[in-house]
This record gives sequence, structure tokens and C-alpha cells, in this order.
Amino acid sequence: MRKVLKRNSASIPLYFLLFICFFFSGSMLAQDIDKGKSLFNSQCAACHKLKKKAVGPALAGVTAKYDREWLYSWIKNSAAMIKAGDPQAVAIWEEYNKTAMNAFPQLSNEDIDNILAYTDYTPPAPEMPAQAASTGGSTDSGFTSDIILAMLALVLAVLIVMLFLVNKTLRKFAVANGLEEAQAQKEKRLPLWKAYVQNQFLVFLTVIFLLLSSAYFAYGWLMQIGVDQGYMPIQPIHYSHKIHAGDNQIECKYCHSSARVSKHSGIPSLNVCMNCHKNIADYNGEEDLEKGYTKEFYTAEIKKLYKAVGWDEENQRYTGKTEPVKWVRIHNLPDFVYFNHAQHVSVAGVDCQKCHGPVEEMEILYQHSSLTMGWCINCHRETNVQVKDNEYYTKIHEELSKKYGVEKLTAAQMGGLECGKCHY
Amino acid sequence: MATFKKYWKNEAELSSDSEMITKLQNDEFVDRLPENHFLEEKEVLESSETTRRDFLKYVGFSTAAASLAACEGPVIKSIPYVVQPEKIIPGVANFYATTIADGFDFASILIKTREGRPIKVENNSDALVRGGANARVQASVLSMYDSLRFQGPVQNGENVSWSQLDESVTEQLTALRDSNSPVVLLTQTFASPTTAKIIGDFQEKFPNVRHITYDAISESAALDAFSMAYGSRALPSYDFSKAEVIVSFGADFLGDWQGGGFSSAYTQNRVPNKVNGKATMSKHFQFEANMSLSGANADKRIPLTPSQQKLALAKLYGYITGTTVVANLPQAAEVQLKKAATQIKRAGKKGLLVTGLNDVNAQLIALAINDYLQSEAVDTQVHNLVRQGNDAEVTQLIKDLNSGAVKGILMAGVNPAYTLSESKAFLEGLQKASLSVSFSMKNDETAQASQWVATSPHYLESWGDTEFNSGNYGLTQPTIRPLFDTRQFQDSLLKWTGSQNTYYQSIKNYWKRSILEGNSWSKVLHDGFLNTPKKASTTSFNATVSSAISQLTQSKSKGLELVLYSKTGLGDGQQANNPWLQELPDPITRVSWDNYLTVSKSDAASLGLTNENVADGALNGNFAKVSANGTSVVVPVLIQPGQAKGSVGLAFGYGKTTGIKEEMKVGVNAYALYSNFNQVQEVSIESVEGTHEFACVQLHNTLMGRGDIVKETSLEIFNTKDVEYWNPIPKVSLNHVETPVNSPDVDLWDEFDRSIGHHFNLSIDLNACTGCGACVIACHAENNVPVVGKHEIRKSRDMHWLRIDRYYSSEDSFEKDLETKEGIDGLGASLTTFGEMEDPSENPQVIFQPVMCQHCNHAPCETVCPVAATAHGRQGQNQMAYNRCVGTRYCANNCPYKVRRFNWFLYNENDEFDYHMNNDLGRMVLNPDVVVRSRGVMEKCSLCIQKTQKTILDAKLEGRTIKDGEFQTACSSACDNGAMIFGDINDKESKVSKLKESDRKYHLLEYVGTKPNVVYQAKVRNTDS
Repeated sequence: MRKVLKRNSASIPLYFLLFICFFFSGSMLAQDIDKGKSLFNSQCAACHKLKKKAVGPALAGVTAKYDREWLYSWIKNSAAMIKAGDPQAVAIWEEYNKTAMNAFPQLSNEDIDNILAYTDYTPPAPEMPAQAASTGGSTDSGFTSDIILAMLALVLAVLIVMLFLVNKTLRKFAVANGLEEAQAQKEKRLPLWKAYVQNQFLVFLTVIFLLLSSAYFAYGWLMQIGVDQGYMPIQPIHYSHKIHAGDNQIECKYCHSSARVSKHSGIPSLNVCMNCHKNIADYNGEEDLEKGYTKEFYTAEIKKLYKAVGWDEENQRYTGKTEPVKWVRIHNLPDFVYFNHAQHVSVAGVDCQKCHGPVEEMEILYQHSSLTMGWCINCHRETNVQVKDNEYYTKIHEELSKKYGVEKLTAAQMGGLECGKCHY
Repeated sequence: MATFKKYWKNEAELSSDSEMITKLQNDEFVDRLPENHFLEEKEVLESSETTRRDFLKYVGFSTAAASLAACEGPVIKSIPYVVQPEKIIPGVANFYATTIADGFDFASILIKTREGRPIKVENNSDALVRGGANARVQASVLSMYDSLRFQGPVQNGENVSWSQLDESVTEQLTALRDSNSPVVLLTQTFASPTTAKIIGDFQEKFPNVRHITYDAISESAALDAFSMAYGSRALPSYDFSKAEVIVSFGADFLGDWQGGGFSSAYTQNRVPNKVNGKATMSKHFQFEANMSLSGANADKRIPLTPSQQKLALAKLYGYITGTTVVANLPQAAEVQLKKAATQIKRAGKKGLLVTGLNDVNAQLIALAINDYLQSEAVDTQVHNLVRQGNDAEVTQLIKDLNSGAVKGILMAGVNPAYTLSESKAFLEGLQKASLSVSFSMKNDETAQASQWVATSPHYLESWGDTEFNSGNYGLTQPTIRPLFDTRQFQDSLLKWTGSQNTYYQSIKNYWKRSILEGNSWSKVLHDGFLNTPKKASTTSFNATVSSAISQLTQSKSKGLELVLYSKTGLGDGQQANNPWLQELPDPITRVSWDNYLTVSKSDAASLGLTNENVADGALNGNFAKVSANGTSVVVPVLIQPGQAKGSVGLAFGYGKTTGIKEEMKVGVNAYALYSNFNQVQEVSIESVEGTHEFACVQLHNTLMGRGDIVKETSLEIFNTKDVEYWNPIPKVSLNHVETPVNSPDVDLWDEFDRSIGHHFNLSIDLNACTGCGACVIACHAENNVPVVGKHEIRKSRDMHWLRIDRYYSSEDSFEKDLETKEGIDGLGASLTTFGEMEDPSENPQVIFQPVMCQHCNHAPCETVCPVAATAHGRQGQNQMAYNRCVGTRYCANNCPYKVRRFNWFLYNENDEFDYHMNNDLGRMVLNPDVVVRSRGVMEKCSLCIQKTQKTILDAKLEGRTIKDGEFQTACSSACDNGAMIFGDINDKESKVSKLKESDRKYHLLEYVGTKPNVVYQAKVRNTDS
């Protein structure tokens, strides 16, 4: 820890210096590259990547391959060029499975220059900042708490030694003053455990206490059988809800779409994954080096998806060889329980997190709630039914609120505690 | 008082110098115990270092370890689609309209699929023609998941590839064509226009191929008679809803007569609705030998043997037309015949006469009478096309095969080796053919004897089209990808013809060209049917009836007449390997898992045949040997009330030997006696040693006049008397004052307020219920009701949530029963009279009453459950929490209706119950919304709470109120007769809330005060005049 600390403190000014340099060097090219970057991201990134083939070819260094005038006309209307029989145009069209590129007549030559400037630009390798980012932050608090702990330990040790010494000195004084008689008297006293054993009533109480407490714990232990709260199995693909639902803010029901209409929330089929991952082949987000979640690690997981769905990244096409993913199911209700997601998600408008917990923070998904009947029932007792703007409830709400004398009805008052509503 | 008695075990002990005595003084036993025998490896045991104590330690440790390891929960895998089909959402059912046309049953239906698996058959209520599914059609979804199906093409029992099969078969077909050797294509009735076209094309390429249509149970006589009278070989179509007087001679039109499907039209006129204070309903006379569904529903049933029926039919013709026909009939029948004649004559155009006698003369007379009456219920210009078989050609085929005149045979949709009476001759001929191909789904009798099996798919995996009757079509579409490597018969023919088209493309092309007439293909495929009414240009009735009359009057029988019939459960026997159908009790006899000889009581007495009830209430019967034309079978005997004297009955469809599970090999093959395709055979019967054990769910006793179980009255009383007279509310004594049982003062409990939200009620109209059993199978499929097998049924452990009780009267009618009961005076008389009343009469009246959990508002079962596993819901449903049930069975004991069912065993994944729930394929039919119950819990009807909850959820999701008719149970949606109406009584406009207030309504055992949510509508019979 100390080593890191030293280097860290030393590197701060260095890093700062480098950053300033970078900033200025960046601002010199800014006109071209920043605009080009935003244009690239909005217009081109759906099909092109800088260094990799996607739907279309990689664009880094494209200016070296083609004449700039050719590029202008190609980008503005490629189809016309292919039709006209431009040899270069036809060649590239054929290479990419005769997929025509969209025409961009709205781009000016200046815009295209900016984009091309961005595609040609190679940013300097940000080695140092990476180091700084990975080691900063938490170390400071670690240092102080360690020091405080060490100091406390030292003080305690000194105290103990002092007490010991005081005690020793006092004894010496006592011996010197002839105070041994009191000690002799003490020896006659019955040892505590013997006294305890002889006291039958105390023994009886203890036994009762022990029996009751063991029964209590045994009951508690038995009640958790079949309750898999916190169940966190290893999945065949390390899918991080944190990255998807947390960092990238993807709505739960985008992937778990059947939760809206069906009893099952549904594990998304792999074609849903490919909606995004056709383009996202590499992971470029944050890393967690301590747990080994590096970029390479995440990228390798994406490759697992490609293998499962049969996606040939090189040629950007499906091979047809699929290996369906065998996910380990986490939330399991027994067969005799009927649970319907649509009822809770669409009708009641319950947040997914209410039962599934902070999924957007879960690197590995686990079972947040106990999923016991008591847990269900409690919620049904406390939760009000969303009767607003639902014509189904209009009449029943009117009558029931009159009957119970309340404005808002809980699920329980609506009949949500009846056995047959969930058990059939 | 010392005793000197000496006890001895062996004589040797008595002599004191015996060696034995000395030995016994030292040892306990005379001979050394043979411990070496079980400690044979003594040395090994002694050399082992494991002591006894160690051994016990290991045992203890491993037991503890195993039980600890068992605490670990199982890891459940979830595998999503790679590419999810657009239309499939896991957890949401999809429905597809399709058509069943298996040669015996034809219907337009909807298939419910979950995650791509068909799990249930529903009626296609939009279809105008044949939109109702009978019990067999309801059960047909399970036949797809038959574990004994062929998984690919087969040659002589060896699996081959399709290319091998195609190559060899086309080669042989070509060779046969080149040598001009005749080949026969033997098929079921397809009634498929595209198939007819494909067969035509096939014949064009192979002109040596002759097409023969074969119906296992023949309607040839009706077809031939129609052809004689109207010039084309077809069946007329009938609309029973237009008939006010129906006279039937042995036609079980509520069963499978002429392809069935008449019941919903029939029941339209059977429900008496009061208009201006007077109700009308049709009048139905039934002259028949076996007690059939139609006979049980008739207003007047007259038991007559088939030969007597012919006489009666001829005489009726005479009465109607005013000609003299001389024939002798029993006095009682004569009286009824005259009544029938006057009434049908008076009805004129509203009269209808039908006959099921497989006799051309009888069929001709029936056509003549309808023509004479100008009956509106018969349409001779709209042809019913679902039976086209030609017996004469089939008989000729057997001869040709044996003589070598036919060298090759292709068989599709038929199983002649099982369904022909001359199956032996057929099989011999089949061996002589140089080419035999069977297009079969299973290894049935015919497939086994054929060289090639071009394995065909189930109809739920197939394409197809059907013309039910002129201009009314149905489309068949696959509801699942083929489970196995199968190919449709039509696809094979197309391939062998050299066509590049698939059957699907052929249908589409043919329909676009000839049928659609501007209708959209997609819409027809979506709807499953197309109605383009067409009238055949049939000439008017043109046949001489005098010879037919004279031949009919000649008819007489020397011995007993055997009437072969098809049973509600198995029909022609195609689905004999379907456990749902095997376990479905016959509506009349209430026997499952069997066929049997039905004999009248007096015939049984004279033949020395008996039935007896054993101590546990099960039914046993004698065996009888039935012989006709040199063939004889030994069958168990069931004494059937209402069986015409001098006749006996036996059902088709049983006694299969191959392609069927061991448990399902029950009954005898009645086709063996079906010579000349005549359902009536003269037989001799003798008693045979042995006792047969029936699996009978209800015995043949009567109600003994207890009118509070089923209520019924006659139309005249219904029209003229006060409701208090014919449907009084039972009274109980309150403070010595007779008080109606529904008065709040009588109640033991406080009433719960159910006026808010939904309150479900089910109304069952006994007038509309024909007892067909479709609801029982629908309930089976919807609620994962297990099949328990013959032996368990015999022990009254059947699991049906819904049963259809059948009651007989001990006099000619239930009314007379009541009179007899009222007339009993004193204890002595009551003992003897009640004893007599237990037995049904020779020709009893029959009543059907479907009974499921009555969902009592004051349920006796709920108050006795020690663990509160059964409780009442606000919506009126009596709910059963299986996971809470500990199986005390107290509830079942306390239920006055006996509708609770106990899981005595684990019925799934248990080799002892090797039915569909014991294999992966069969379990695919299970409804994922309903739990499969385990051993030791009670179960019962839930009023399909999964369906009502689904309807509510759909409404909530769409933010709307629920319309009447949306709420359905499996039974109510399966009943196309309208006998079961389900709905919400808090919706005052709903049908069911009106039925709950109707005059005819009553509750089962109302005086018990259970306040059920199932309400019955009393039966009204049109017995007067």
C-alpha cells in the first residue's frame, strides 16, 4: 500500500502536466476532429467502426485508400456510383454482400473532411492516466484508517503493560504489608461452577433456556430450507446487469419484454442481444481490476454470445450454427404457485426493483428477495391497487371503497389474499 | 396340582435314549443352522478389517451425508430461443384454427398452443358446419404425443431413409405400371378436394392404380340408397333444428351416425323456452335395439330388434302414405308406432325420419318418407361428404389380392388388418402382393404386415383441406413442427408422381384456382373454414319403394341379433392408445376400459348370464361366447336395461394387439364379427366359465324416486302447472314450521357479501345435455387430471373432476317412480318396494346429470379441513390449495356430492401408471398453468380458476370491463349444445344470471343448504300426447 501511495503522489503533477499538454494539442485540431467525431457517431457509427469491419469497412485510414473527391461523391450517393459502374465502387459493393450504403446528401464537403480527419486521427496512448485512474480514490481512506488502527493498538498495548506493572507493584506492596490472610479466607469459597451444579433450579432453567433457544434456531434453520435468497449462481456467460441496466441505462423491459404481457418475464432470446451487439463487439467501459473484470474479460464474454448465436464477426454474417445458452435460473417459484408478471408490471405498475432489488448495481445477478409466501402476502397487504384510468376497476373500486370506507384499496382488500388466486 | 403332562414335538422325543434328546439338551436346534450358506465367503469376511462397528459407522455417515446433500436445491436451467419466433411469447397461448379429418371424425376446431406445443382442442364456434368437437376430437391432441409412434420410414421393420423408400417404391410402381399389373390405393374418406386432385394426377401417371375408399364402420347402404333415389353416391345433409318431430330407427345421430355432428342442432329444439307462456320443444321417438345416446335422450324410446325395426319402418311408411303394410309387431311398439306416425304426419315439413339400419331398403324407405313429408330438415342437394366408403369394392379387393389380380397396394388412413372381419384373408392376400405400402402413424396391424411404412404425421402436424358437405370447407394447418421424420401421404404421392410441389403448395394452388372465389387465403387459413353454399343439381326422388317395402316386411331373425355399435370413447378404434379415451366412462353403461356384450335382463336370465356387485361395490360379469358365421369371440356380459329383447350389443374399437401399450390392450375386437359390413348379425350365445371384472364408475341402480337429485317434469305440466307444483323449493322444519330451505332464517351461517366484483355461477341444462362426454375430456386436458387405470377405477379411485351421472328409472318413467315411492305405506312395504325399485325397468327412462364440485357458498368441506387447505373465494369458487393439503380426506367424507378426488398415488413419472404422464412425449400435453398434483393431496374442480383469472387479467391489461360470454370453463366451452353456461351473476345482464332465476332452476340436494354456485335446469320431457 505504501509503495503505491508514494508513486501515486509523485505521479499526480506528472499526470497533470501531461493532461495540459494533451488538452492544448487537442484543441489545436479541435475544429476538425471534434466535429468529425460527433458526426461520425451520429451518422456513421451504426455501420462503421474505426479499426474493425462492421456492416461496412473499417474507416481508419480510408483517405489513404481512396481519392478524396471519390469519397465525397461516394458518401453523398454511393448507389449512383455503383449504377454508373465505377470500378472501385462496384468492388466494395460486392465485397460487402451487395449491401448498399445509405446516401448522405445532407453532408457538406466540409463535414466529410471533418469526419475523415477524425477517422485518420490517432490519439496518443493514454498510459499514465490509466494508471492514475486505477490506483486513485480509495487508497487515501485506507491509509488513514490503518494509521488510526495502529495507533489505537499501540495505546491499548501501552495501557495493558501499564496495568500489569501497576498490579505487580501493588502486590509487592501488599506482601510487604502482610496482607496474606484475606487470601486464605477466600480459598474456602465454593467454585462458581460447583455452586451452579448444586443449584437444581438454575440447572433446570438453563436446560429450558437451551431447549427453547435450540428449538428457535432449529425452526429458523428449517424455515430457510428452499429459500434461496442471495442465490448467485455462475452463469455460462458473465452477463453484467450493472453494465446494461446501470451504466447504459437500458430499460428492463427492453430485453424482458414478455413481462409486460405474459406470466413469464422471459429470458431474452439471443436475437435481442444482437440488436445491440451486432455493433458492440468490444467492451470499452469501466474495468474492475481487483475482480479481474478487465476489458479483455468482458470482450471475451461478448465473443461467447457470438458463438452461441452463430455470428461470424469477420464476415459479419450468421453461420446458422447455434448453441443455445443454458442459463441457470435464479428466481424459482414452486410449481404450485402461479405468478404473473403482466399483472404486477403492467397492471399494478410495480417497479422491477421492488422484487428483484437493485439489479442495475448487480455485476452478478442474485436473488434479492426471499420469495416466500409471507413476503408476497405482506406486499399485497401494503400495496394499493392502481385503479386510476383502468376501466376494469371503476365499478369495483367504487363499491369496495364504499364498503371498506377507504379511498385507496390494497391488493388484499381486492381479494389478493385468497388461496386460489395463486395456488391452482 | 402339579401336572405331568408331557408336550412333544416329535415322536423321537418320547424315547429317552434317542440321539436327538441328548443333542437337544445341549443345543437349541437339532441340526446346525445353515449359517455357512449365507456366510459363504467366510474367509473373506474374517480377513476384512472392517468390523461390525465400523460398518455401522459408515452406514450412519453415508446416510447423514446423503440426507445433507439432498438439502441442496436443484439447479434449474433456462434456455431461451436463439431467435424467438415473432408470434410466440413464452407464457401466452396461441390459437390456430384447423380441421380434423381422420376418416371417422370430422370437425372444425381451434388448437390452443403454448410455446409451440398444442395442448388443447377447442370448438371453433364461428364455423357454421361441424364446429363442435366430440370427446374423441377433444382427446386427439394427446394422440399426437403417443410414445409408440413411428419415428421415420420403415421397411420390413427396419428403419430406412425417405430417399431409399422413394427410390424403391417408385421403381416398383413403375415396374408394375409397365407390366400393366393393377395396383390399389385404399384410403379412408378424405373428403379433401386437393387430395382427390392429387390422387387423380397420380392415377394419370400410373393408370394401373385404382382408388378405393374404405370406411371402417360402413355407411354404404345409406350411400347406395341415396344413389338409387337421387342418382349420386352421397349422403343428404340433415338439420335437426328444423325438425319438430323426429323418428329414428336405430340411428344414433347423437353418436356417430353418418359421421355425427348433429347434436348441437338437435338440442336447439330440445330446450323449452316459454314464449307467451307456452313452451314448445321437438318430439323424439327412437326405435332401437341397443341403448344409445339418442335413445337415452328420446322422449319415447321403443326397444326393438333390428328385424322388428325394419317391420316397423315399413309399417310406418304405410301409415304415413296410407298404404297397407302387413307386419306383426309387439303390442306396445304398435301403439307407439301409430303415435309416431300421426305426429310425424301432422308435423309434415317439420317431420324427420332417420334410420341407422345398414340396409339399402330401409335407407330407401327413410328417404322416401322424408320426400313424402317434404321434410325441411333434409337437404338432398347439399351432400354430406364425410362417409364415402364402398364395401363392395373392398370385398372385391380381398378376393383380388388373394387371386393375384392386384399386385400392389397402398393404404392410407386405414387399418384393414384390424377393421376387416376377413382380416385373415386380407393379410394372406397382402403377403402375396409384390408391393405393399402403409401410410401409418403407428405400428398397427396393417403397418406390421406391410413391406413399407411411409410414416405419416398426426393431423396437428399436417396440412389439409376438407369439404364437409357441398361448398362447406375446412382447412387443416400444422400447429407444431413434425415431431418425427414423417411425411404426409399426399406429399408422398406428389413426390412419386414427379411433382415438385408440396402438399401445402398444391392446396393453395387448388384453392386459389377452384375454391376461394375471391376470398382471401389468409383469412380462410385464419378462420379455418370457408362457406360457399352450393347446391348439387340433384334430381327429385326417383325410386320404386314397393319392392323395398316387401323385402322389409320379410325380415325376421332366427336367433339373437347382435348389433355392433361405436362407443363414445373409442369410436372406430383409431385412438385406442389414448388413455383419456380409455378412461372415459361410457355415457350409458358407465364402464371404462372395456367393451362387453350388452344383454337384456330377460335374455340374460334365459342364457344363464349374470352380473353381480362385489363387496367393494365393483361390478363383475360372466363371459359369453358369441358365434356368427364360423367366427366366435368370448366377451364379458353386461346386463343393459333397455336392451331390446332378442338383441345384444357389442362395441367396435377394442381388442387391438399392436401399436398399443400393454395397459390399453383391453376388450375384444368386434370387427371380427362384422361380416359383410353389416352391423346386424345373427349370433348364437353360450355362457362360458369365468368372471370378468369391470371398471365401472356407477352401478346400474336407479334413483328410487328421489326427485331431489334430478328434477324432471313433462312439457304439459311445465306449460300448465305452477312452478311450485313441478319444481318446489325443498322445505325444512324450523321451530316445527315448514320453511323453504333458502330462507335466511334456516341458515346456520351468516351470509358473506358477494355482490362486489365477480361471482361465478355455472348453469347446467339437463334438457340440452346429451351425455356426450366432450366436457369430461376437455376437463381432463385443461386441468392435468391424471389417468389412473382400470384397476384403480374399479376401486372407485377415478380422478375425473367432472362426471356425467346417468340415472335409470325403475318404472317406465321417473314420474311413476315417484308415485310408487309416495304410495309406500308402512315399514314392511317400504323394505320390499325400495328393494324392487333399485332395479331399473326393462325399458327405463334415462337422465344425464353432469356433476362437478358444486362450489357451495356454505361448503361442508371447508369447515372440516384441519389445515384450512380448502377455502372460499369472494368470486364464489371453492378453492383448493394443494400445497397446504395434508390428505386427511375429511373434506371428501363431508362432501354431499362426492366430487373430491384423492391422489392415492403419484400418477406422474411412475412406472406403475404407465400412461401419458410417464413419458416425456406425453407430458408435453400438460397445461403449464395448472399444477400437476402429487401423492396424498385432495383435488377437485376449480371452476377453471386459471381461465377466469386469465380473462380478468386480459381485461385489466386492456383497461376494459368484461363482456358476458368471456368467462368460460373448460366444460362450458367444450359444450356446443349450450348445456353449460358459465358467467358472472353480478352482471345482471349475463345469460347465467337469468338462468339462475329461471323456473327450471334447482340446486343439487338443495335441502342440505349448501347454496351451491352450480345451478341445474330441470329436465322437461315431451312425453305427453
